[in-house]
Amino acid sequence: MIANKYLLLISFLVCSYGIVAYAQDEGEEERVYDYAGENHQCIKCHGHKTFHYYNENLDREFRDRMNPYFIIDSVEYYSSNHWNFSCFDCHSYDYSNFPHPAELRLEPKPGCLDCHGGDDTYEDRSWERIDEEFQKSVHSTKHSEDFTCSMCHNPHSYKINARTNDNIKQTIQYDNGICLSCHADINKYQLIVDFVNPNVLETHAWLPNQALHWQNVRCIECHAEIKEDMLIAHNIQPKEKAVKRCVECHSENSILLASLYKYQVKENRNKLGFFNAAILNNSYIIGANRNYYLNLISLVIFGMVVIVIGIHATIRFIRK
Amino acid sequence: MSEEKLYLYPLWLRIWHWTNAFLFLVLIFTGLSLQYAGIESTLIRFDIAVSLHNIAGIILTISFVFFVFANRFTSNSNYYRIKRKGFIKRLLKQFRYYTYGVFIHEPTPFPVSQKRKFNPLQKLSYVMVMYLMMPVIIITGFALLFPEVNLENVFGIAGIYLTDLLHIVTGFVLSVFMIVHIYFCTFGKTVWSNFKSMFTGWH
Ligand code: HEC
Ligand code: HEC
Ligand code: HEC
Ligand code: HEC
Ligand code: HEC
Ligand code: HEC
Ligand code: HEC
Ligand code: HEM
Repeated sequence: MIANKYLLLISFLVCSYGIVAYAQDEGEEERVYDYAGENHQCIKCHGHKTFHYYNENLDREFRDRMNPYFIIDSVEYYSSNHWNFSCFDCHSYDYSNFPHPAELRLEPKPGCLDCHGGDDTYEDRSWERIDEEFQKSVHSTKHSEDFTCSMCHNPHSYKINARTNDNIKQTIQYDNGICLSCHADINKYQLIVDFVNPNVLETHAWLPNQALHWQNVRCIECHAEIKEDMLIAHNIQPKEKAVKRCVECHSENSILLASLYKYQVKENRNKLGFFNAAILNNSYIIGANRNYYLNLISLVIFGMVVIVIGIHATIRFIRK
Repeated sequence: MSEEKLYLYPLWLRIWHWTNAFLFLVLIFTGLSLQYAGIESTLIRFDIAVSLHNIAGIILTISFVFFVFANRFTSNSNYYRIKRKGFIKRLLKQFRYYTYGVFIHEPTPFPVSQKRKFNPLQKLSYVMVMYLMMPVIIITGFALLFPEVNLENVFGIAGIYLTDLLHIVTGFVLSVFMIVHIYFCTFGKTVWSNFKSMFTGWH
């Protein structure tokens, strides 16, 4: 009987804990989109390929196509870093009017650092360091005015990935997508320069198994200067300085541990004895993944074989 | 020499064997230098090693397929048949000879003849190597050449990693086989006679 009572009590506690935990979980998960209503007045046009408006002069509804570059994917927007932002946080109220007043075109748009400079909410994002490194990069030094953070980070859709996404392959795809948005798309490329972008597949023809490499490493692995104190290196270097030696990755001290796998790397060798274990559940990089025990065992076996043969041969020789 | 000479190694076999041995050495050295690639020290430059390893692996596959067919359709295959009955016993007998008999100048228990080219230990190891290990290393090798055929993920470990592990372990065992094999080839009439046989065909 007593046992039964305890059982009841315990199951009650477990259940109530479950409910509380569930409720807390829900509280964290559920996002309240404070500005969804307000933003709708922009999204109703900017969220679609076509939009309509009322032309007072002609007194009738018009349908028109939206400039594809001005379309804002509302799903991406509401899952981005800036999901809980009103359009007016960054754009003028005057955009409520349509047609938008001409002078708005000339209005400066806020840069990331305008808000994030001196931001200590996300101190480990090291905004100032990123800016510093970015200023040194080829993009910035060659085209400082035109090339801003938002060239790579669309303020309407950038969703932080490398830090939060457990799926490395997705992060790789996302981050490469950023570079390829220009380097594989002449329209965006020519926002910066007049000439045609070289085909990345051709300029990287020296890299074997290209498809495999694109899926397993990011452009920045080879092109950005690795910095100890930063998760994402932002100094894209001139092409002469890009990593070309295979062993930089395909070796025990693979640079990938300081870049792609930086967040995962806690220790070099885990319980199972794999060098660079962080890489293992995602891919296998020849040269970089070695098993400590396998190495040891193979060395011992090999040594023993040689010794036994040596002894055997010696006795044979003596007894000849 | 009292015994008459035996023609045991036909030309195709000799050509296969030395091609095979040469490719094997290339694969071992390039393979080692890939597996133990280091930033400062590498045996062979990584990209060169990759290419060499791939090329040698593909030729080795061709030569292996050639061996299997040639062996299937010539009388050489007879030497590879294992009679189960009493095989263990014969193995032990040969083993005893290698570990003891040879030192006290006993005659070999299974002298080479037209009917019997291999002693039981040789037979077992050649069959295992040619019909088990070689297929495994070739198949895993091709799976690494075309990585998309590997399982994406097996119990949280990248599938390609398991493939690679199998490839490397088999490669290691084969390398050990080769060393032991070469040593046992010195058990001919003289230390060098078996090697000569593999060139001339005559035992
Ligand atoms: C009736 C449809 C409509 C609505 C509503 C609308 N826009 Fe626009 N928007 C346009 C069109 C069409 C363009 C491109 C032509 C232009 O610049 O006027 C545009 C252009 C823009 C531009 C780019 C200006 C430039 O040239 O760089 C911005 C920024 C903008 N809109 C913001 C907003 C914001 C913020 C809202 C919500 C307050 C909003 N829009 C509401 C149709 C609309
Ligand atoms: C965090 C700040 C921020 C918020 C929030 C924001 N924008 Fe923008 N928006 C910008 C910046 C910065 C640019 C200029 C981008 C550039 O230079 O590439 C821009 C550009 C635009 C453009 C011009 C097209 C383009 O990509 O260059 C449109 C249209 C636009 N915004 C609409 C909106 C709408 C609609 C919303 C609300 C749903 C919104 N923006 C919310 C910062 C913001
Ligand atoms: C109008 C001010 C403003 C501008 C402009 C702005 N941000 Fe933000 N950003 C914020 C605020 C405020 C937050 C915090 C949002 C929250 O916690 O929900 C934030 C959040 C972020 C985060 C999420 C941090 C995290 O780890 O969750 C990133 C990353 C980010 N912004 C990047 C950028 C980039 C890149 C730009 C430039 C393209 C930019 N921001 C422009 C105000 C701004
Ligand atoms: C050449 C392209 C490029 C430019 C220019 C660029 N970034 Fe990035 N940035 C990236 C990539 C790629 C990532 C990785 C994205 C991810 O997976 O979250 C990143 C990540 C970040 C992160 C997240 C870092 C973290 O620790 O999680 C921040 C914050 C950031 N960038 C800010 C900026 C700021 C501020 C600027 C302008 C000074 C800027 N970036 C310019 C490519 C760029
Ligand atoms: C394995 C390392 C590596 C990776 C990954 C890599 N690159 Fe490169 N990239 C290089 C090297 C090395 C060069 C210099 C090539 C040369 O000089 O022949 C180069 C050259 C370039 C150039 C200059 C081409 C020219 O000749 O003008 C661009 C642009 C470029 N890469 C973009 C990218 C982009 C975008 C990605 C991601 C999709 C990427 N790279 C991924 C190593 C890499
Ligand atoms: C907004 C478009 C854009 C984006 C996004 C972009 N680039 Fe570029 N990139 C350019 C342009 C334009 C050039 C050519 C600059 C010049 O030569 O004047 C360039 C040049 C380069 C070069 C060659 C430098 C040299 O020495 O010739 C490399 C390498 C490079 N980018 C890498 C990257 C990487 C890596 C990323 C992603 C993290 C990236 N880029 C994202 C536009 C872009
Ligand atoms: C930026 C790091 C990096 C560099 C530099 C690099 N690789 Fe790789 N390589 C990788 C990664 C990551 C993989 C992915 C392994 C996997 O997950 O399948 C890979 C895979 C491979 C594979 C496929 C192996 C297999 O398992 O099938 C070959 C072959 C290869 N690399 C050769 C090279 C050669 C040759 C070079 C130099 C020209 C080179 N790599 C340079 C990172 C790199
Ligand atoms: C440089 C390395 C090698 C040397 C010097 C060598 C030498 C020899 C010699 C001398 C023989 C004749 C053996 C005898 O008469 O008993 C032989 C036979 C044989 N070797 Fe090798 N070998 C080498 C590598 C290999 C490798 C790598 C393999 C297989 C992976 C291999 C497989 C065989 C087989 C199957 C036979 C028997 C052939 C037959 O008669 O059917 N050898 N080897």
